[in-house]
Amino acid sequence: MRGVQVEFKDYYKIMGLQRSATQDEIKRAHRQLARKFHPDVSKVANAEARFKEVGEAYEVLKDPEKRAAYDQLGANWKGGQEFRPPPDWDAGFETRGRGSAKGDASDHSDFFESLFRRGFDESRSAHPGERTFHAHGQDHHAKIQIDLEDAYHGAQRTLNLRLPEVDAQGHVLLREHTIEFTIPKGVRAGQHIRLAGQGGAGTGQGQPGDLYLEVEFRPHAHYRVDKHDVYLDLPVAPWEAALGTQIEVPTPSGRVELKIPAGSVSGGKLRLKGRGIPAKTPGDFYFVLQIAVPPAPTETEQAAYQALAEKFKSFNPRTKLGALA
Amino acid sequence: MSTTTRFLDGSMPQSQAELSLIEVCRCCAVQTDFIVALVEEGIIAPVVGSEAASWRFADAQVHHVTLAWRLQRDLGINLAGAALALQLLDEIETLRAQITASA
Repeated sequence: MRGVQVEFKDYYKIMGLQRSATQDEIKRAHRQLARKFHPDVSKVANAEARFKEVGEAYEVLKDPEKRAAYDQLGANWKGGQEFRPPPDWDAGFETRGRGSAKGDASDHSDFFESLFRRGFDESRSAHPGERTFHAHGQDHHAKIQIDLEDAYHGAQRTLNLRLPEVDAQGHVLLREHTIEFTIPKGVRAGQHIRLAGQGGAGTGQGQPGDLYLEVEFRPHAHYRVDKHDVYLDLPVAPWEAALGTQIEVPTPSGRVELKIPAGSVSGGKLRLKGRGIPAKTPGDFYFVLQIAVPPAPTETEQAAYQALAEKFKSFNPRTKLGALA
Repeated sequence: MSTTTRFLDGSMPQSQAELSLIEVCRCCAVQTDFIVALVEEGIIAPVVGSEAASWRFADAQVHHVTLAWRLQRDLGINLAGAALALQLLDEIETLRAQITASA
């Protein structure tokens, strides 16, 4: 931790609580914020970072001993301030060796690590494996964001991993490891890509574990994905929708000629069967028609609209409203 | 200290379309008990097999296992609550895809 600037984290502020909050209030605040920022549920920007921050704050505040030790730092610290733990700051508090049931060390901020993680590594290296023992390495799990186009074509990616390793002296070192791998064509959000042998090292002659990457699509500016179907809003001119036409349109698998039938309506869907995400049973691709209204800034254009109104005197766009219209 | 592994082929355990109980557990990092509980709650259902040992699960279900696990662990909700959340999340995903981006 030395040499790295550590910022003080105001766990009470993160949870929206007073320093005098009761344990019940802390629990309630955590539940509310966890629901709000859960990365599987929330569409808030930075949801994942906020969720981790809240989880870290709760891990300290829910535990009366850790909370007391944290409170001892005093109320003068402001979030973001450069922080160094005072020497022996946690003397008299039994906080060591209490791991969290979820997540791992890398999920926590440097601030958390500087306070609560010391002593962990010591206890880990305190049990050197004396006997010969073979065991399968642990499987590791991580998330990966890919573009929709990668699922259509497959892709090659590079991933940098930092793996903690214990050296002969019992020190924990972070080893940088770069993996280059292919993303298989046809992968969908929520699926896992398995990289065989890239998980934790086995013990003795045990095989290493596998690395599982859970796939997420990066939000796309134009395409929307529902399972293996893909949607695109397609703006058309009123006369294109009314008279029908043939236009060239983009899809992730390339440009296609699309026939717009005469009498199309706004919100109407045109389906390209099997042009969704590739698979044994591929998804479908949908164009959702959006009728764009041409602006009429000049008299000529306004006259054109007037002429149209004359021709369509009996047209009532509000017939569906019935008696309300 | 750094090393590089060149071009591994990422494989999808699900691409064989059906997974055994053990494969689902490994893929999602959960215990078999949890999968059994999900089946009992009706959150996922094996496509084949009347007993746990012969169960085969479809690839689409794997996502639900991971989600149910995280919702339960992180939000302190029970399996019935997780089941409801999953159903609503699915519905939202479909609606989000269908509503117009321009609106």
